[in-house]
Amino acid sequence: MPVNRDFHRFVLFSKSLNFISMAKLMLLGDEAIAQAAIDAGISGIYAYPGTPSTEITEFVINSRQAKEGEIHARWSVNEKTAMEAALGMSYAGKRAMVCMKHVGLNVAADAFVNSAITGANGGLIVVAADDPSMHSSQNEQDSRFYGKFAMLPVLEPSNQQEAYDMVLYGFDLSEKLGTPVLLRITTRLAHSRSGVMRMPVRDQNVVKLPANLRQFILLPAIARKQYKTLIAKQHDFEAMSETGGFNQLIAGTDQSLGIITTGIAYNYLMENYPDRRVPFPILKIGQYPLPKSIVEKIYTQCNSLLILEEGYPVVEEMLRGFMNNGKIIHGRLDGTVPFDGELNPNIVAVALGLNNTRGREVPPVVVGRPPSLCKGCPHIYSYNALNQALETWSKGRVFSDIGCYTLGALEPFNAINSCVDMGASITMAKGAADAGLNPAVAVIGDSTFTHSGITGLIDCVNDNSAVTILILDNETTGMTGGQESAALGRIESICIGVGVDPNHIITLNPSPKYHEENLSAIKRELDYQGVSVIVPRRECIQTATRNLKLAKKVKAE
Amino acid sequence: MKRDIILAGVGGQGILSIAAAIGMAALDSGLHLKQAEVHGMSQRGGDVSSNLRIADYEIASDLIPFGQADLIISVEPMESLRYLPYLSESGWLITNTKPFVNISNYPPIEELMKEITSFEKHVALDADELAKGLGSARSANMVVLGAATPYLEIPAEKIREAIRKIFSRKGDDVIKLNVDAFEAGYGFAAGQPG
Ligand SMILES: Cc1ncc(C[n+]2csc(CCOP(=O)(O)OP(=O)(O)O)c2C)c(N)n1
Ligand code: SF4
Repeated sequence: MPVNRDFHRFVLFSKSLNFISMAKLMLLGDEAIAQAAIDAGISGIYAYPGTPSTEITEFVINSRQAKEGEIHARWSVNEKTAMEAALGMSYAGKRAMVCMKHVGLNVAADAFVNSAITGANGGLIVVAADDPSMHSSQNEQDSRFYGKFAMLPVLEPSNQQEAYDMVLYGFDLSEKLGTPVLLRITTRLAHSRSGVMRMPVRDQNVVKLPANLRQFILLPAIARKQYKTLIAKQHDFEAMSETGGFNQLIAGTDQSLGIITTGIAYNYLMENYPDRRVPFPILKIGQYPLPKSIVEKIYTQCNSLLILEEGYPVVEEMLRGFMNNGKIIHGRLDGTVPFDGELNPNIVAVALGLNNTRGREVPPVVVGRPPSLCKGCPHIYSYNALNQALETWSKGRVFSDIGCYTLGALEPFNAINSCVDMGASITMAKGAADAGLNPAVAVIGDSTFTHSGITGLIDCVNDNSAVTILILDNETTGMTGGQESAALGRIESICIGVGVDPNHIITLNPSPKYHEENLSAIKRELDYQGVSVIVPRRECIQTATRNLKLAKKVKAE
Repeated sequence: MKRDIILAGVGGQGILSIAAAIGMAALDSGLHLKQAEVHGMSQRGGDVSSNLRIADYEIASDLIPFGQADLIISVEPMESLRYLPYLSESGWLITNTKPFVNISNYPPIEELMKEITSFEKHVALDADELAKGLGSARSANMVVLGAATPYLEIPAEKIREAIRKIFSRKGDDVIKLNVDAFEAGYGFAAGQPG
């Protein structure tokens, strides 16, 4: 059903609210980060869409201020290319931001981890948006681990204003210490709106190359030196955590318990004290590495600790240590807080032994309403044809990927058997084909294909694997709201370019009217013992409607 | 003063414009506001909800605690019941009675109505029908907003103003349709025992 109308109204909403509250803007966490990046004088934002991070880059793309400043704002083909382009801009001395959802950081990890070794020249902030409770993701990995792994400073805002302030601070930190900085947010902050005050706009940097032109050459001899520099910087990073103001020790009278919160967990704690007076000392964490002297204070002051983190028990594990032979520490590891899922005020109430409220239970008459493909969506007809073509074979042969078409896993299609990570459809089908599964089918979207499918296709070509690959080309990145697709109009030429036999590249029109034709084409290619690529092409209904409206508007004006 | 509101519906039914109108009116009245929205996957015909919190003091959590919502405002009857664990004992259930059927196992409307009317504090109206009668089927959400307004503790005039502002760029006809839809809902609720 229409994503579009809500999206449109949401834009309208932002605009009108911006307009009426002069002092404070009502911004989503994502929008606060975007506005802050513009105000901080970035020269480029690089990103691949992914919930809940998409609105950051979307905001910059639509911002007049960004346009006037000629800020580079365009979608990258994936998170790795985004991260690398941002690093290049930083090399050239300008400020850059790169945004992604948490699993995007897996894709960008090689560049990200190594950027810690090269360091930054122009300010560089990497935004990773985590999704605890997996509202729209395959897992709930915690990006703070990546920060620690790469040995980089991490900022974790507790509200929209802090998100804004931390971007400005983060660019200062980045340029002062010559390091990339990770800004970690979670779904609730990304997609919740609240008042934000802006700061004066800063100028962009001019091009200025690093003083040491070998800084970015990670040959072992240089990398070893650079790594030592990174190790030495850890002390500065921690010093900044102590003094930066985002780690706050708040006094309390009852020292039987000390509470450490990270990010938005602080709000859930406060929600449980209507007068906002908490009897226990609180350490509110917003910047990592952890500030040792401040942590020590609350640790020695209090008889026991409760750790409230939105995400994995990162801080909790550090404080407990492997032997867990220090203070009593409560949190996700001892079951005081559930191990998985996002926090909420009630979970915190229970952890504190406070009054937990709950209304009536949901009556059994209420049934689930899962998301479904839009009426008339081209994917429907691709699946109808594929399902029928596969009727004569045993089940379990279709490797799929991530996008709207993943809904093919649900009723009434039950058409796919995997969805793991972007691009995995083609490569998993190849592996299964290597194992002897024949036919083996891959179903992948156009944007996912350019994100991570092309490399796997080359593997198939080199091995002449017997795989039938359907690239569902709806000419957009549908799942995340219809961003431009990187290879619009060029899917077939890319396939030819990487060596697929043009006789086995078949373009279809996924509409009911062409069902028989599509069916026999798919059947034919299933029989072919080599690489076939089938491209069902018809525009996404949502973007088609949106473009039609735009065209009408332009005509009217 | 605080009003914690769960907005409920199905993707595309326009709950965010209800949120926009209430939010704008709240800010105009000098109140604090936090609003957690649902974006992404759940918009494709799935259930959607939004937590809207307004208060005359600083709000801590983006999420409304279970059992503490003052209102559930739903543009769809089954969806109005999905969030009951959030509703406080003294809270109001305000819902459109027109089912949005996009699943094969949608329950009988009578059973849903039995649950809805078991709440002493409920307002149930066929917003689609009322909106259609006014010649603007798409304004059902504004009818529902109207029906909720007596319980918002924000003057109705502020909400009217907000609606006008929100639709200002769409021209006078659209503004009028939406304000009329609002009045229809408001009139309905005002006629209820409260
Ligand atoms: C590494 C990674 N980056 C981003 C995402 C978010 N994401 C999921 S599907 C998708 C777009 C898929 O577009 P396309 O392949 O064209 O399929 P469509 O939704 O248009 O059917 C994106 C950006 C993700 N899940 N993983
Ligand atoms: S691809 Fe477009 S039409 Fe299909 S489900 Fe996604 S948004 Fe809807």
